[in-house]
Amino acid sequence: MNCNAATREMSNYIDGDLSVTLRQELEVHLHDCEHCTVILKQVEMTVELFCDAEPVDLPGDVRARLYEALRSKLAK
Amino acid sequence: MKTVFLPRQSVKPRAKTVSYFVSPEGALFHLKRGRQRCGVLCATFMSERIGNWPLGSAVYPQAGPIANPLTAPNPHKTPSTVAKEDEHLLVAAAKGGDLSAFNELVSRYERKIFRLTMNITRNREDAEDAMQDAFLKSYSHLKDFEGSSRFYTWLVRIAANEALMRLRKRRPNQFSLDEPIPGDNDELIPRDIEDWGPSPEQRFGQTEMHDILSGVIDELEPSFRTVFVLRDIEELSTEETAKIVGISVPAVKSRLLRARLKLREKLNRYFRQGGVH
Repeated sequence: MNCNAATREMSNYIDGDLSVTLRQELEVHLHDCEHCTVILKQVEMTVELFCDAEPVDLPGDVRARLYEALRSKLAK
Repeated sequence: MKTVFLPRQSVKPRAKTVSYFVSPEGALFHLKRGRQRCGVLCATFMSERIGNWPLGSAVYPQAGPIANPLTAPNPHKTPSTVAKEDEHLLVAAAKGGDLSAFNELVSRYERKIFRLTMNITRNREDAEDAMQDAFLKSYSHLKDFEGSSRFYTWLVRIAANEALMRLRKRRPNQFSLDEPIPGDNDELIPRDIEDWGPSPEQRFGQTEMHDILSGVIDELEPSFRTVFVLRDIEELSTEETAKIVGISVPAVKSRLLRARLKLREKLNRYFRQGGVH
């Protein structure tokens, strides 16, 4: 497996969506390729950062309009 | 019974009256102080799942007071596992016409749904409209919700469709979300790799990190951004994402890979040692 093929499989590797054979090929490549190992680690970190980020509070005016819409349309 | 919709900040801490809704799966208690709702308690019949509980506290000396997850200081910090415990009770009550139960669902998910619609549309007006319509539609179609998935997942599908509809309407001539991505066979190997040093979460404050993530996702093309948001932030399956966006499963995988690589590259500007601050 070369670096381009390894990069193409990184996403499926992170998602646990690779066949055993392909996963082993990728892991052999990663063992010998520091470049791809760093990329994989940073891609994983990227996904984790977005996944873990807490949503911020709704802006006050957006929240007020949401509840006004619910009040006027659902309470009928 | 008259229902008052209250934003969470208005919630009062102490209840004077309790009304309840009982279903075969458990019970839902609405706590009120005067006319104001001040909390919801849910009880599922755990004893049926784990066997008979002997009476008497001496049997469980380690047991302490049980915090109400819905009135905890920061309820949105509680993980989805808590929501899963009582979500079906709230949905059952809402299906039965209990608007305050539906209000609790709205209060619980408003921030996440607004983040979703904002992430897809990147336009505050469209995001707000999409969120409002998603909640209204979810209420009017509650009878069609069969409970085979979580209510939140069902809500995400509705909200994503509302947001995508507005995105396509606003940018009809720029691109189509379901068209093939050019350059699918291009070489993908990232060239710029630099050490990110210590954990970025330790180097940046919460607000600064939020601004960084919001900024880089804003730079992604909508066709990549939408797939990334549904798969990695909302954690929908590849198949569900494909169905919502209207593309094939391989196309979802391809776009997700590219979105992740592009975001990594953009974050590299901030996280590399001595990067932009």
